[in-house]
Amino acid sequence: MANKILAVLEQREGTIKKVSFEVASTAAKLSKELNLDVEAVVAGAEVSNINEVSKYGISKLVHFKNSEFNNYSSSAYADVFSGYASEVGATYIIVGNTAFGNDLAPRLSVKLNSGCVVDCINLTVESGEVIATRPIYAGKSNLKTKLNSDVKIFTIRPNIFKAELSDAGSFSVDVKEVSNPNLKSKVVAYKKSEGKLDVAEADIIVSGGRGMKGPENFNLLESLADVLGAAVGASRAVVDAGWRPHREQVGQTGKTVSPTLYVACGISGAIQHLAGMSTSKYIVAINKDKDAPIFSVADYGIAGDLFDVLPVLTEEIKKIKS
Amino acid sequence: MKIAVCVSHVPDTATRIKIGADRKAIDPAGVTYIINPYDEFAVEEALKTKEKIGGDSLVYVITVGGEANKDTIRKALAMGVDEGILLKDDNQRDSFGIAKALADEIKSLGCEIVFCGKQSVDYDNSITGQIVAEMLNYNCVPVVVDFKIDGNKITAEREIEGGKEVVETELPAVITTQKGLNEPRYASLKGIMAAKKKTITEKPAIPSTNFAEVLDMNLPATKQPGRILGSDSSAVAELVKLLREEAKVI
Ligand SMILES: Cc1cc2nc3c(=O)[nH]c(=O)nc-3n(C[C@H](O)[C@H](O)[C@H](O)COP(=O)(O)OP(=O)(O)OC[C@H]3O[C@@H](n4cnc5c(N)ncnc54)[C@H](O)[C@@H]3O)c2cc1C
Ligand SMILES: Nc1ncnc2c1ncn2[C@@H]1O[C@H](COP(=O)(O)O)[C@@H](O)[C@H]1O
Repeated sequence: MANKILAVLEQREGTIKKVSFEVASTAAKLSKELNLDVEAVVAGAEVSNINEVSKYGISKLVHFKNSEFNNYSSSAYADVFSGYASEVGATYIIVGNTAFGNDLAPRLSVKLNSGCVVDCINLTVESGEVIATRPIYAGKSNLKTKLNSDVKIFTIRPNIFKAELSDAGSFSVDVKEVSNPNLKSKVVAYKKSEGKLDVAEADIIVSGGRGMKGPENFNLLESLADVLGAAVGASRAVVDAGWRPHREQVGQTGKTVSPTLYVACGISGAIQHLAGMSTSKYIVAINKDKDAPIFSVADYGIAGDLFDVLPVLTEEIKKIKS
Repeated sequence: MKIAVCVSHVPDTATRIKIGADRKAIDPAGVTYIINPYDEFAVEEALKTKEKIGGDSLVYVITVGGEANKDTIRKALAMGVDEGILLKDDNQRDSFGIAKALADEIKSLGCEIVFCGKQSVDYDNSITGQIVAEMLNYNCVPVVVDFKIDGNKITAEREIEGGKEVVETELPAVITTQKGLNEPRYASLKGIMAAKKKTITEKPAIPSTNFAEVLDMNLPATKQPGRILGSDSSAVAELVKLLREEAKVI
């Protein structure tokens, strides 16, 4: 069979990321529905957890190896993956909608003269065609779209598609050494943000708004985040006031997140904030104004003073975790 | 050196979306349009780059769209951009089609550095800059929060999950701008007056076919409003119970 689906995986510091298992599983599922072969590809130096990919319905993985590939290089990666996609006749490419995928996918689309639908939250097969659904206007609306190019590229929003366990029977890893990669653009350093989990990657987020009253009170949220293993997020009001760094901002001009649990404390729920978090699986709101718009998207709410509620909540959760 | 800034003209972020009769786009009636917020960072960085390089550098603002996009061009001119170009097209295009029109114009102008926003807050594609770069065979660093240029050499920091990547590359290049890169200047009264005398060139955008076909636009299912469990910390026990037993998230 000539036509293939490629699942493009992402490694950071030598470890394949969680979203890539979602990519692998989604590609494997589509391959069954479209009756195509599926392969996973990854570029890296040493990659520690390659075998884990086999759990998600993938029987073949190609590892493009070079000592420089521990760090991302848009020029080199785009050349390697597009070259391979042409070589094997890939007609579908699935990538995670992360900083990596968002940089890489559009470059592949030019090199392969293909369309690209980013940030998909659903992919279905109807009459042999893949129909993508993606949020636009920051989630205020959804767009259903399909691609009419020969090669089709989709990036999928993290934490929406399931990484489903599926046994593909066998698993082989083909290591291809890459000589003289095109390093016109290359990452020379990775500066990790000090401290904690990033909102874009966290499974649980506890977010604070202007109702927190001041930067000194965010220790209440830090404590809750600690017991939950959560990341701390913030509204724009809080970021603009300089209480929290911009990388924590959730919303239309911050990060779009879809964790399993989002706890909004002292956040009114302005449309631009909701835009960034309304696809969260469960939303809890703590706000002393019972008419605050945040309650319209919340699954559970406490219409009370967060300074009263937060310490008790942290204690209660600590109890059940111990 | 010639510098290009690409700007899109988008509904104000506070807009409530109404879907048009054909269910393929929004109903624009009553919608206020603004310069894409991320493109203000792009304009600012282009102006700063011109100030740094000096000489006879020129900054062009380019937009693909209808007549109304001229408002956004004027905004950029008032901030200090030298010349405006409207690539006129009243039809909807996908990112590929927009990028193709932009890339052709950038090429014919001979711009060596291009600034785009990281994302247009209408369709939220966040890929146009990267596509333009690939089409022109330029280098590209997206989602930049720190930018340095020294001769031909570019050092840019881009935001990624959990931190920042420091990327080194060279001109010619496309940079897409993220909040935090700079503080966009306000258009002064003098700037607004001066903008009136600046040239806005209008020409038809080259025709282009779309790879992406819109099938339907719809509003996300509205969530059932949830339960308010109480008005003080006495509701915490029930909240924890629900999170554990009903939602099964903790
Ligand atoms: C172009 C543009 C882009 C934007 N992008 C974003 C974005 O990305 N993200 C974002 O968040 N916003 C964004 N905004 C801003 C947005 O419109 C709101 O202004 C902002 O979200 C409000 O933040 P907030 O909820 O923290 O503050 P407020 O709206 O002031 O709400 C504070 C809430 O705290 C509650 N409160 C006060 N005291 C207590 C207490 N003791 N206990 C419990 N509750 C209490 C109040 O009842 C109130 O509901 C954007 C705006 C524009 C124009
Ligand atoms: N119609 C357009 N005209 C000019 N520039 C655009 C247009 N659409 C997008 N851009 C540029 O590309 C960036 C990213 O847009 P997008 O890929 O649509 O999210 C924007 O911030 C603009 O700089």
